[in-house]
Amino acid sequence: MKPDHLHFFIDPSRCIGCQACVQACSECDTHRGDSMIHLEYIDRASSIQTVPVVCMHCDQPTCAEVCPADAIKRTADGVVQSARKPRCIACGNCVSACPFGVPEVYEERKIMMKCDMCYDRTSEGRKPMCATVCPSQALFYGTRDEIERLRPQSTPINRFQFGGQAITTRVFVMAPRGLAGLAPHLDVTAAMDEYAPARPLALKMAAAADPFDDVEI
Amino acid sequence: MATIPVGEQEINDRFGPHLSAMTGTRLSTSVQPDRLVKTHCCFCGQQCGIQLKVLNNEVIGFEPWEEFPFNKGMLCPKGVKRYLQGSHPDRLLTAFHRDPSAAAGFSPMPYQQAIARTASEIARLQAAYGAGAVGVLGGASLTTEKTYLLGKFARVCLKTPFIDYNGRLCMVSAGAGNKKAFGVDRVTSPWADMIGTSVIWVAGSNVAECSPITTNYLWQAREQGAKIIIQDPRITPIARTCDLYLPVRPGRDAALFAGVLQIMIERDWINREFIDAHTSGFDSVAEYCREWTLARTAEVTGVPQRSLMQAAEWWGTASSSFMLHARGIEHHSNGVQNTLGAINLVLASGRIGEPHSGYGTIVGQANGQGGREHGQKCDQLPGWRDISNPEHRAYIAGVWDINEAELPGPGVDAYEMFRKIDTGEIKGLLSICFNPKVSLPDNAFVTRCLEKLEFFVAIDFFLNDTARHADIVLPGSLHEEDEGTATQVEGRIIKVNKAVDCPGEARQDWRIIQDLAAALGRPKGFTFTEPRAIFEELRLASKGGVADYSGVTYEKIEREMGVFWPCYSHDPATGAAIADHPGTPRLFQPGSYNPIAKGAGRFYFPDGRARFNVADYRAPIDDASDEYPIFLTTGRVVSQFLSGTQTRRIGPLVKQYPEPRIELHPRLAEKLGVVDQDWVTAETRRGEITLRASVVTTIRPDTIFIPYHWAGKKSANQLTVAAQDPISKIPQYKVCGCRVRKAEAPPARDARLEAQQ
Repeated sequence: MKPDHLHFFIDPSRCIGCQACVQACSECDTHRGDSMIHLEYIDRASSIQTVPVVCMHCDQPTCAEVCPADAIKRTADGVVQSARKPRCIACGNCVSACPFGVPEVYEERKIMMKCDMCYDRTSEGRKPMCATVCPSQALFYGTRDEIERLRPQSTPINRFQFGGQAITTRVFVMAPRGLAGLAPHLDVTAAMDEYAPARPLALKMAAAADPFDDVEI
Repeated sequence: MATIPVGEQEINDRFGPHLSAMTGTRLSTSVQPDRLVKTHCCFCGQQCGIQLKVLNNEVIGFEPWEEFPFNKGMLCPKGVKRYLQGSHPDRLLTAFHRDPSAAAGFSPMPYQQAIARTASEIARLQAAYGAGAVGVLGGASLTTEKTYLLGKFARVCLKTPFIDYNGRLCMVSAGAGNKKAFGVDRVTSPWADMIGTSVIWVAGSNVAECSPITTNYLWQAREQGAKIIIQDPRITPIARTCDLYLPVRPGRDAALFAGVLQIMIERDWINREFIDAHTSGFDSVAEYCREWTLARTAEVTGVPQRSLMQAAEWWGTASSSFMLHARGIEHHSNGVQNTLGAINLVLASGRIGEPHSGYGTIVGQANGQGGREHGQKCDQLPGWRDISNPEHRAYIAGVWDINEAELPGPGVDAYEMFRKIDTGEIKGLLSICFNPKVSLPDNAFVTRCLEKLEFFVAIDFFLNDTARHADIVLPGSLHEEDEGTATQVEGRIIKVNKAVDCPGEARQDWRIIQDLAAALGRPKGFTFTEPRAIFEELRLASKGGVADYSGVTYEKIEREMGVFWPCYSHDPATGAAIADHPGTPRLFQPGSYNPIAKGAGRFYFPDGRARFNVADYRAPIDDASDEYPIFLTTGRVVSQFLSGTQTRRIGPLVKQYPEPRIELHPRLAEKLGVVDQDWVTAETRRGEITLRASVVTTIRPDTIFIPYHWAGKKSANQLTVAAQDPISKIPQYKVCGCRVRKAEAPPARDARLEAQQ
């Protein structure tokens, strides 16, 4: 059982794209050799920004809801597990449906595998591999008290709006404190709309002035 | 005869770099290790604590070591996968000798025979041409014990003045600047002091990729209110979210520091009380800075005036601060001046030695700090003693039980050693932990020099690119096959622990050195039976020096998870024995005592005062010009380390970033008619390279970046210039003029050549 007071927090503003999380994930005893998480560049051409993609562990997991084989289970302590081997038919419904883009079908093994929050470790009260090694602590595992003490500039959020679908998750994303005070959820689809009216909490930052504007070549 | 015996690809086929993978017991889910060995990462200067899983004398994985105070379990991808260097198909399990008749160019030979042959070749060269005909190259990834022994071996056994090390390519500009300004060369404070500071200025350090664990300290400081200033020609991952980005034109750092200090002086954002009481030389620096008006500084550095003003205001008015720098400002023919410019800002602020205030260089190599303290540098004896100082010589001659007159004088820097090979003065070379064919600038010259050697012996665990020129290769030890100490970025001495035995006929490096001493018939002083015994002698040799380790024991390091030097066995003031000196986590605190100032002040000079030094801006050598209009700068990527001897053999790290690319801005790309992934040729006065383009807005449009970890036609150092700083002798890796064009065709490469080769 994963202890109730320990939580997973993601702060993409801290991520340095080093892939220590991905490399460490592949070391985990239960799936050694494969990483269950990935790291995305938002748009490498225009920014160095990266985002680690771990499972958000939804309270009502869309992946499980769309699974025709009922292969994806959520444990009582809120961890959404990788697909069960005898049931999974590798159809990829979960891959298409997950709003966060987490699950992946491993074609060679004919199975969907995804982050299970290092259940072998977290169920014993230990930290997941990725959050233990993360050099920037963009991935953090600990108590609410710790995160509030260590990160006074931001607030954990676990409610996300995807169009008509509202999702709450066990994993928290750190949002700037000022913005999070205005609306305690992230409207993801609204943030993807470039022409959307002003909204309380945007994912996209205002484009900064190009620091190289004056450079002549 | 030190030409490559057969074709490069034939050597690649046998000796790699091939890729290791997680297979067998390393992949099995049911295997439990015999034991966990608490030790450290073998790569960068942060020396993160890590636990290696060991089963049947094989390292099969790792567990984070969360109790170790520096990294608390955190690791970068290199640390995570470091264990895959063990049990590697490329591992040298025997000695080899050059053999052009063998398919791979080398044939195995019995270890003792290889030692005997090496000794007889060294003896022959020294008899014919003198002791100085043989040189030694060391490295800063070796344990401090090995660096100490190597320095002693060169001076006492070989009696040659010619020893230097690959730290010459790394932190010598910082070291020289530190010595000139403070009289001691070490970071002032533990990184934990950053948390609570009000401003952190990072000059020329891609922290996220080169010292990743430091990132969390920066971010944690920011959470507590610190403003972060980044000075870099590239928007590195830490620059992306910093508070102030200074997009400096490569090679202009001294100008930037002078301009900022001028603003601080004009606005009276300096601490005159501190300057008067604790420093000397300020007036000449102020005089020099007067010519660095805001307009001129902006013009020279390419940093907008408002940003320079903002930096000066934040730095000048802060209540506490950290200044950190690394190779970005140090790898220059003006590297010492750049360092001194940064130090002048630190001294003018008057905050050095105050709480949450610090200064230092972020060292690059595992033992970048310890490896530069105990005598493998050409002008140095253990404990940071000076080989030209009669008192220092006498003390060390006493420890080594030799006549002082027998101790050679100063040698020359590593690059100068190659020039001496070129002119025929040095004819034999012993190299360990150094891969100059990849890592030195203008490496076509280095190759020509290697080919001129009459005898070359390399100690290595893999056949690195330079060792391909060797007559004899002696199989050395991996990090996890030996024990010893290293001193990491904060000045914290840590303990490296042995996890497994050397495989085959491979030997611990210190044993190989001692075997050579014995075979040369001069075993006296080289009969240590374990690293601990070497360390005990090193403690004595360092005693009374600036880098004093006399109060450090293996037990103390393990008990306290690191000890900061100086750590005394005897009180430097009274000479009384101290049972358990706590070490010195922080330098220059008010009222602190040091054995040079003897109470006169905090700094390591007889008058106790720190020195302002005029930090003169000089344009780079081989600067961008009409003919070569673009700046070339070089550096690291996070998944590779130095010349790649280890990391280009670790499968998952190679997969992360398989081959070098040329990073360039879309505006430059458009001008050249290049799009992302196109083949692009960069050319300097030394040579050219053709690699795929990475078109990104995160670099100055007048600059291209190439990472330097690869060999042969993929080596960035085919292009770099062998210009060196006149004081530190560090090469100018971070800037030279180049021209760039769309490649006419993809580079011709052997079909068998793998990405990492």
